[in-house]
Amino acid sequence: MAFDYSPWLRSDMMPHIWCPGCGVGIIVKALIRAMDACGWKQDATAMVSGIGCTSRAPGYVNMNTLHTTHGRALTFATGIKLARPETNVVVISGDGDAAAIGGNHLIHTCRRNIDLTLIIVNNAIYGMTGGQYSPTSPPETRAATAPYGNLDPAFDLCELCKAAGATYVARAHVGNAVFMERLIRGGMQHKGFAVIEVMANCHTQYGRRNKHPDPAELMHFIASGAVALAQWEKMSPEERQGKYPIGVLHKDTTKPELCERYAMLGERAMAKARKEARTEEKETITARDEILGATSGEN
Amino acid sequence: MSYPVSGRAFMAGNEIISEAALRAGCTFFAGYPITPSSEIAAHMALRLPQVGGTFIQMEDEIAAMGAVIGASLAGAKTMTATSGPGLSLKQENIGFAMIAEVPCVIVDVQRGGPSTGLPTAPSQGDIMQARWGTHGDHAVIALTPLYPREVYVETVRAFHLAELYRTPVYVLVDEIIAHTTESFELPADEGLIKPRGEYAEAAVNTWRPFYDFFQGKHLHITGLSHTQEGFPTVNPEIVHRSNLHIVNKIVNAQPALERNEEYMLDDAEIAVICFGSPGRSAREAVNRARAKGIKAGIFRIITFWPFPVETVRKLTDRVKAVVVPEMNLGMLSLQVEKSAMRRDVRIIGVNVTGGVPIEPQQILTAIEEAYHGV
Repeated sequence: MAFDYSPWLRSDMMPHIWCPGCGVGIIVKALIRAMDACGWKQDATAMVSGIGCTSRAPGYVNMNTLHTTHGRALTFATGIKLARPETNVVVISGDGDAAAIGGNHLIHTCRRNIDLTLIIVNNAIYGMTGGQYSPTSPPETRAATAPYGNLDPAFDLCELCKAAGATYVARAHVGNAVFMERLIRGGMQHKGFAVIEVMANCHTQYGRRNKHPDPAELMHFIASGAVALAQWEKMSPEERQGKYPIGVLHKDTTKPELCERYAMLGERAMAKARKEARTEEKETITARDEILGATSGEN
Repeated sequence: MSYPVSGRAFMAGNEIISEAALRAGCTFFAGYPITPSSEIAAHMALRLPQVGGTFIQMEDEIAAMGAVIGASLAGAKTMTATSGPGLSLKQENIGFAMIAEVPCVIVDVQRGGPSTGLPTAPSQGDIMQARWGTHGDHAVIALTPLYPREVYVETVRAFHLAELYRTPVYVLVDEIIAHTTESFELPADEGLIKPRGEYAEAAVNTWRPFYDFFQGKHLHITGLSHTQEGFPTVNPEIVHRSNLHIVNKIVNAQPALERNEEYMLDDAEIAVICFGSPGRSAREAVNRARAKGIKAGIFRIITFWPFPVETVRKLTDRVKAVVVPEMNLGMLSLQVEKSAMRRDVRIIGVNVTGGVPIEPQQILTAIEEAYHGV
């Protein structure tokens, strides 16, 4: 039976702003199916985003949604999760949003290992602002601000997040929605900070400047670079050229999660405060007895 | 050590702000280290977990402001504290809290600027940044208390006003107030301490739907111009009305928000208009002036924004001259000048930006100059 998206979508907000053929829709659908599969209730779920094409996603899904400032989504999400640890918080971000202007927040959220799920839609370009190169644009590719080719090397976002301390790191691509959903579900079920990078197509801004103007062709091209992790590990550096590993690239269930760590700290702080209050009370009584004793002695 | 909520207390300004915040029901604080506000974060780190609240030190000032907004949307009463350079960084998300109508309290312990300026010395150079720091049309509430008890009262009021007007509210102090330790009588509750759920009257001040997250309403909160349902719009009429809403809800409330302290002002011929720390030196200066037979008085502003334009206008109408001592190069003077209807009103500024307090003698000299009409 086909999945019924209607309870999860704000259909009255359609049509959406994304270009025909955009990969973001595939990702939002996979995200919804993963939420449903995990038993997440819309009332107890918040979706947070920053700025960019991808960041418009929360406006179309039917739950608690927050569309914040450029690059800052993880900071708002951290506040929500710490204030209400029992809720589910997912963040959806583009590559420019997450890795450039939000890069500092990204690495520190990884380090803290807070129980959020971050989907990075990596289309290697700033789409909404008109096709400028991003921190994940491959060298030599063309962009509105790289008319002679991009000079900078690209970030490997999964390696970055893994190194920074994220405890679930996975990569998927828009060409395989079932696989993508499985990785997102794994991230949602993981207790800790989960990052799922999804390699996506922006044929409008990236593709037309880089010989891939057709959305389906670009999606095929992206899919052709994907290699399962087990196979990737057997490949030589030469064989890895132009390819990237997909799957769960890193998972660590031994590191305690931030909200749990804070709850334990709270118990310690309360116990200490109670003990201090008792000592203080005892000292006050002793001091009073001494005064009373001294007074009665005089009499 | 336990902290009293009534009777006598002996605390420094930064500690007073922290304890008042806890008294007002603050359960979430996010900050970033910056002098001279750091003791607030340290105190909240100590105290919040004791009362079931949450403290977090974020990776930067922007993140701290983001976390405060997120936690507030999740239902918590929230606060952050910073100083000038940090306030510059926070402006982006402060604008978000304004347009998205998210209650929160921002403490700014002012130090010398611009830029890194004087990290451990006082200034009053942030009042215009507080008013105009973020882009686009907006209005702000900023409270500028001076004495310990007043710092406590105004911090509690800041939380109340944030909830009532659904907007970030500033508590603006300076390094002198933050680090001066004094004994004072803790104030009684003025009826301003209540949970968010009891602010039904705030609904009229809220353009978007008046709810928090996780209340079954599936809210959409955005920094984009939005409809009253909360969704993005580019409809010129709706956008214009939403901008008028976030400005007018504060501008129109000015009379209700106004709070000042008057000292020997009834028969005054020379009015000293000030806010914050210079108020202490102004007292001494006015006492000395009175001893010399000069009728001087003080008008000290406690609700700085929205500015008490009418009250200042009436005052400038009836006095011979105005003396404005401030630890900046004339930001309050500019407001006084704007407020005065009489274009010939004489305004003498006493401006100190070297990171030292304004001394009573400097104010007295200005009072004498104003009185004798040099």
